[in-house]
Amino acid sequence: MIQVPCTGRVDIIHLLNALEDGADGVYVAGCLEGECHFSTGNIKARKKVAYVKKVLEEIGMEPERVAMYNLSSAQGQRFAEIANEMVDQIKAIGPSPVKGARARQTSDAIN
Amino acid sequence: MIVADPKPLQEIMGMVSAFSKILIVGCKGCVTVCNVGGAKEVEVLRAALMLAGEKEGRPLTIDTVMLERQCDKEYVELLKDKLDGHDGVLSMACGVGPQFLSEAYPEQRFFPAVNTTFYGGAVSHGIWEERCAGCGTCIIHHFEGLCPIARCAKSILHGPCGGSSEGVCEVSKETVCIWDAIVKKKMAEGRLDDLLTIHDPRDWRTSRDGGPRRSIRETLAD
Repeated sequence: MIQVPCTGRVDIIHLLNALEDGADGVYVAGCLEGECHFSTGNIKARKKVAYVKKVLEEIGMEPERVAMYNLSSAQGQRFAEIANEMVDQIKAIGPSPVKGARARQTSDAIN
Repeated sequence: MIVADPKPLQEIMGMVSAFSKILIVGCKGCVTVCNVGGAKEVEVLRAALMLAGEKEGRPLTIDTVMLERQCDKEYVELLKDKLDGHDGVLSMACGVGPQFLSEAYPEQRFFPAVNTTFYGGAVSHGIWEERCAGCGTCIIHHFEGLCPIARCAKSILHGPCGGSSEGVCEVSKETVCIWDAIVKKKMAEGRLDDLLTIHDPRDWRTSRDGGPRRSIRETLAD
């Protein structure tokens, strides 16, 4: 579990990196829509999750491997339910075809 | 700036399907500003192609590099040591980028990873609109600073046409009738009579009709 101050900080690349590293599934648990302390952080996160789902569809992977959930910080029980729901969903889909350590790429920048 | 859209991933995958070592070259110019070919987008494309490769049981080696601009030879030259061993290179710059790269490195294969669309600007966060057609003879001063060439679907000089309805173009509900806007602005400024001026037919030779164009600054050119 990776904590962020607001799900608006979660980026597309974070979700893709998790899948690249071999995660079978990844989900974002954000605040309830309309209750973001930063106004639209959870809406932005939802759009980014949707984008990653589209990417997965395009490359022939199951879009259900990524998901967005919304709940308040007072809903501990719901948090556990979501975790179980996601695990069940991923178990039904099966393991990710992306296995083994991701070969680190030699990213570089000129200037 | 030059605005571009991402190419469909399937199309990019098709371009590089025969390759196992790929280089993705981003650009810090216009495509970074319009969020299509900057450092972030380069990383997303790399990750997506990596996942696609793994999915097909065909692990890829994908390197990435950012250039200050791909439309200037001095920056393109910096790529020299980065190309070695790559089967194919994806350029995430506008259409100028992969062409400058191809010209500089004729032995290497370059592929465009974005679709270059128009000259424009951001009208709100995440939305860009066309403002200039690069026609080579700017006349927007006749039209209150609004360009009928780029922003009218018919590029007419005496409008609006019959397809204008309530300030919207018949082409799309998203498209403002720029001639409606021009007339309203002329009225507001008390210059409506300007529109009685008959403009000569455009000389399109300064636009694409004259073939590929060239700009020469005598004070700079050797």
